Amino acid sequence: MSQIAVSGSIARKATLQTLQRITRYTIVRLLTLMVTVVVGIYLTILIANMGGYLDQIRRGEIREGVQARVLADPTLRNLPPEARQKRMEDLIRLEEKRYGLDQPFVIRSFRFLTNALTLNLGRSFQLTSDSGSRQVRLILLERLPATLLLFGVSDLVLFFLALFLGLSLSRRYGSFWDKLTVALSPLSSAPGWFYGIFLIVIFAAVLKIFPFGGMVRIPPPENPFLYALDLLYHLVLPVTAITLSSIFLSVYSNRTFFLIYSSEDYVEMAKAKGLKDRDIERRYVLRPTLPTIITSFALLIIGLWTGAPIFETIFNWPGLGRTLFFAVGLFDVPVIVASTVIYAYLLAITVFLLDFIYAIVDPRVKIGGQERNA
Amino acid sequence: MNELKRTWQELRYYPSAVASLILIVFMVIASIWIVIAIPYREAVRLWRGGESVWYQLPKTVPPKWVNWFRREKLPETLILDTRQHPEWKTYEPAGDGRRIVMEFTIPFYADQFPQELSMYFYVTSSDTFKPPFVSLSWKTPDGRSLRVSDFGLQSAKFNYRFAQDQKLIQRLGGEEHNIGLFVDPQSSPPRPLKGEYRLKVEILTFEANTDVDVEFVQYGKVYGWFGTDHLRRDLKVGLLWGLPVALMFGLLASVGTSLAAMLIAAIGSWFGGWVDDLIQRVTEVNLVLPFLPILIMVGTFYSRSIFVILGVTVLLSIFGGAIKSYRAIFLQVREMPYIEAARAYGAGDGRIILRYMVPRLIPLLIPALVSGIPSYVFLEASLAVIGLGDPVLPTWGKIIKDAEFNGALYKGMYYWVLEPSFLLMISGLAFAVLGFSLDRIFNPRLRGV
Repeated sequence: MSQIAVSGSIARKATLQTLQRITRYTIVRLLTLMVTVVVGIYLTILIANMGGYLDQIRRGEIREGVQARVLADPTLRNLPPEARQKRMEDLIRLEEKRYGLDQPFVIRSFRFLTNALTLNLGRSFQLTSDSGSRQVRLILLERLPATLLLFGVSDLVLFFLALFLGLSLSRRYGSFWDKLTVALSPLSSAPGWFYGIFLIVIFAAVLKIFPFGGMVRIPPPENPFLYALDLLYHLVLPVTAITLSSIFLSVYSNRTFFLIYSSEDYVEMAKAKGLKDRDIERRYVLRPTLPTIITSFALLIIGLWTGAPIFETIFNWPGLGRTLFFAVGLFDVPVIVASTVIYAYLLAITVFLLDFIYAIVDPRVKIGGQERNA
Repeated sequence: MNELKRTWQELRYYPSAVASLILIVFMVIASIWIVIAIPYREAVRLWRGGESVWYQLPKTVPPKWVNWFRREKLPETLILDTRQHPEWKTYEPAGDGRRIVMEFTIPFYADQFPQELSMYFYVTSSDTFKPPFVSLSWKTPDGRSLRVSDFGLQSAKFNYRFAQDQKLIQRLGGEEHNIGLFVDPQSSPPRPLKGEYRLKVEILTFEANTDVDVEFVQYGKVYGWFGTDHLRRDLKVGLLWGLPVALMFGLLASVGTSLAAMLIAAIGSWFGGWVDDLIQRVTEVNLVLPFLPILIMVGTFYSRSIFVILGVTVLLSIFGGAIKSYRAIFLQVREMPYIEAARAYGAGDGRIILRYMVPRLIPLLIPALVSGIPSYVFLEASLAVIGLGDPVLPTWGKIIKDAEFNGALYKGMYYWVLEPSFLLMISGLAFAVLGFSLDRIFNPRLRGV
């Protein structure tokens, strides 16, 4: 009885310690990532402003604002045009000084940095959000859910499919399916949009089973259930395209990791003890492999994020990427810069989430905690 | 050299690798041939030259080999030019000038109507230009005759478009000219009548020394081995020139990236300390930098030239995941006895890095280099698809972009998308398969490291 209680309290203590370690690890990672993001966005701003583009945006905005103010001011209406013009120029100069456009670039760049970090990048030149606003932040935030939905679903499908297929292939090492996967893995060198084109040709243009693109049918269904169903229907092709573009290589590498880990001595030992195959797989093979798999998966997801602008354009998916594509077409500078910033955020969040999962599944974080600096 | 031979011998056991190697060699030879046969200026002229280069070509038609798979044959493009066949013209004096008569024989055996008919007149005359007068008549294989049109040649270069002649449409009973002229009157739904059509051109000049040459173009519904796009351009130029461009971009980017990454990893792990730390931090920051959006930014704000994009691509890809894995191995290599021996005889840092550490990882470098190529080939295409392709060079990505933009998939013009995609896939896959095999050949040896 007392033995059970003691082991229970030990277990509780261990859990507490683990929790502490994970929290500490998470906080440290969060802080380093935040620094990383700030540096990354600062670099982005430097690249963007090499030709003074951000200054131009700000100047244009000031001019527009001052012009509107001067034209609307009843006290200035009676002035002769030259005097009014002069007054306007004075005001513009004053405002530019107020915004610090006369300061050296180093100081200005830090102001841009804080603006960018809060996505306070002013108004777009051409693009508007669905609600008609020209605030860059609103335009982008409105598009964010669509992108998150598409890539979230695709990443989940990809991860679990690759995991299970990899496991089952490692069981049937050398079988026909195994060889086929190995042979097909070079197919993963093509990006998702490329497979998207083929899928659209086959399933939308020729067979007419799935839509050419878009997120919901027009007009969108009123009933929330039907809406979700329609969303799923529109998700099939893009998710398949992303999955197709990465699945073979992922399955191949997962299978290889499993094969390497299942030839370890402790797995042989477990087999000799007569443990069930399922248990061996779950506790002795999957567990130590997961951190490696998650690391390689993280790199994959980052690669997928990168391809979003083209992918969403091909599938006409109303997400961030397509907005960036439109912004390029319209030379909408604020939106282009802000999209880059928001992608940096998304990448950082992805890295952080995967780090967090890594911390949970990595036995080293749980047990030792000493080798984390490696 | 010995190493190379051994690799080759091992490579022979992978049939897929041999096939891909042959394909790569073929592609390299083909690109060299293309660059010599269609020099850069010529390619740019053919791709961006304007209407005068491609006016003879039909608009958005598939390649001619689609006829092999169709029961209903599509008409081909027919060009009849008296400048190449002066013997078709007969002259007889008439008044002050002369009468020039020619008859074009148009064999027509397709199952669908042609896309359009058009005639180009080239008048050579003395300084005082007196507009010659043209009358056209049409004779079908079953013997019906039809007056097509009469008009004066208002300028020395005159284009008569059948489609824009409202009177002709009236004469044909409201039918479009391409249907009305070729239709079999007994057929319903309308089908073309097969046989030899005759177009008689009578030109009356008002000066004895005036001569007129006529070019007749029957725009078909197939063209060449590759088809045409929305500007009537022959896709051949773009598809062929896309190959050297893609190979160059892929090779340069991959070689630049892998070599630089390896060198930097070697330097970092050799010197350690703050150098290593700096490299590590830069890599972490680079992981968060959105690669494509930054490329898009550079392309939109500064330059779309393929070399600028190439440079930025290499710069952004150097500090990628590869640097971490190279570093891990270099850290092991650094502690090996032969390095210690080198240090003992007084080798400098540069010598140790370049002559001792980097060569050690060459077996790892080669597969990574080869398998890196496809991703850059596709990257170039991806950028072109968003509209950031090189402004002058024809590339595969730009063809895909044009096709997408003009709704090729919706309108059933699949050839337009599938041809460049197919070429992209072939070239990408060749390198991917080879890289994959090389990886399997080289890596077992790496376990000794």
